[in-house]
Amino acid sequence: MELKGRVWKYGNDVNTDVIFPGKYTYTVTDPKEMAEHALEDLDPDFAQNVRPGDLVVAGRNFGCGSSREQAATCLRQAGVGAVIAESFSRIFFRNAINQGLPAIQFKGALEKIESEEEITVDLSRGVITSRAGTFDFPPFAKFVQGILADGGLVEHTRKTLNDKSAGAR
Amino acid sequence: MGKTFAQKVLAAKAGKENVSVGEIVDVSPDVTLSHDNTAAISKIFEGIGVEKIWDPSKPVIVLDHCVPAATDKYASNHKTIREFVAKQGIENFHDINAGVCHQVLAERGHALPGRLILGSDSHTTSYGALGAFAAGIGRSEMAVIFATGSLWLRVPETLRLGLGGVLPEGVGPKDVILHVIGQLGADGALYRAVEYAGSVVDEMSVGGRMTLCNMAAEMGAKIGYVAPDEKTFGWLEGREQADYETVASDDDAEFEQVLRFDVSDLQPQVAKPHTVDNVCRVGDVSGTRIHQALVGTCTNGRLEDLQAVSRILAGRKVHRAVRLLIFPASMEVYHDALEGGVLSDLLCAGAVIMNPGCGPCLGAHEGALAPGEVCLSTANRNFRGRMGCREADVYLASPETVAASAVTGEITDPREFL
Repeated sequence: MELKGRVWKYGNDVNTDVIFPGKYTYTVTDPKEMAEHALEDLDPDFAQNVRPGDLVVAGRNFGCGSSREQAATCLRQAGVGAVIAESFSRIFFRNAINQGLPAIQFKGALEKIESEEEITVDLSRGVITSRAGTFDFPPFAKFVQGILADGGLVEHTRKTLNDKSAGAR
Repeated sequence: MGKTFAQKVLAAKAGKENVSVGEIVDVSPDVTLSHDNTAAISKIFEGIGVEKIWDPSKPVIVLDHCVPAATDKYASNHKTIREFVAKQGIENFHDINAGVCHQVLAERGHALPGRLILGSDSHTTSYGALGAFAAGIGRSEMAVIFATGSLWLRVPETLRLGLGGVLPEGVGPKDVILHVIGQLGADGALYRAVEYAGSVVDEMSVGGRMTLCNMAAEMGAKIGYVAPDEKTFGWLEGREQADYETVASDDDAEFEQVLRFDVSDLQPQVAKPHTVDNVCRVGDVSGTRIHQALVGTCTNGRLEDLQAVSRILAGRKVHRAVRLLIFPASMEVYHDALEGGVLSDLLCAGAVIMNPGCGPCLGAHEGALAPGEVCLSTANRNFRGRMGCREADVYLASPETVAASAVTGEITDPREFL
């Protein structure tokens, strides 16, 4: 599967409070509305100007801080195709995959990708192509690919449970 | 080759003989934790298409983030949770009169040595102080646990953190962990099981160990852990919900990293805006004017924290230009502080005593800041906008440092008051 989009580039330790502020946690519950607040406290321009298929690129420890899943949901709902970062905070990584948002670990993210450039990502082969060249990243584990292919953990679980009961009949 | 605590617990909960670091396992938690986000979790759960949750005796649900409800939206959120609890027959539900979830779950004896606890909150790591394997997860995966009773986890590497030396007077667990995070960085323990050990930990109260394990989340750790000892057993006596057995790393277990810190010369620490690892000595920011002082949260809202504040405020008043908010972390803490005279001392000094809850920590409820204001807080995060205002600054410190600063109106070394 190939992704192609414009890059929004940020630094290290982008935390979930700036991705989706805590004050909205229980007041903004509609996924579409969540998208309107995406990255609000880091980049006020993002939510208004992000286009479907755009890619977020960042340094180390993306998504650190609160476990709030809305941080992954708001980015996916805003149309972000994938987040590419040098490393991810573990709960955000899980939330991203579970929300069907590919979280791609790529050590050269800051060095090899420029802000606003158009890049392509081959998810199955594990290849990123930017102006700087073509680079490999470790493809997702099989079960992670399965969750992403089904569109998220809930969809994947529903499917697994249905398959189980169908098999039992 | 011995096994680490993490390997032992995850093997047991996956029903396997042994597990290797890096292995993905399907585990069944002994207990789950969720709070005001249970409404959202229940909606996701209902969308999976399973009628009944896997085991109504296992979830612990505590209302704590926005308590009492400040708006009809919050009230409806709580209503949804109460209805879900009733419908599913969930046994361990705690309404707005209990306290902060992490304090309540521990006090009610659900966090026990060797247990696997998964919570839809990043500070679930707190229960490692009682020898449990306790990790944070997301809402959707909690819903999947509700539906299926299990979840995938990766077996983590272990980072052993030895804390040695003798803590100087006026320097406590919060200063220790802030210093460690400042040294290692926000991702210094990424994905790791952090085991705190050494003479300083041995001497530390269970409450102090909870502070260490709570803040493990702020350096990216999967779990924090302190091997159970007599202090642990003493704390649990009369509270424990079940029999338990200590699980600990073997002496010859393979640790990915072993670090040692000597705290004998440690000074009170402060995390400056806007990251938790932006740590310095209190002396480096002394004189910074503060507008609000916050004592509480799952990090430092226990009786010993309130007592520390009370000792510093004895015979003194809160500065007239500072709001000092006190949030006992639970009704048990509140009650004990009341009985012991701590609350009236704080009241007389000019503090505002609040009901137990998460309050201002995440900017969702109470204690809001205005643009340009500065809050010195015993909480665990100071990211930009964390307390609800993008143009306000949050500094983190120990209860002692917050208390001393509330008196002078500016960030102050608490040792000046000893």
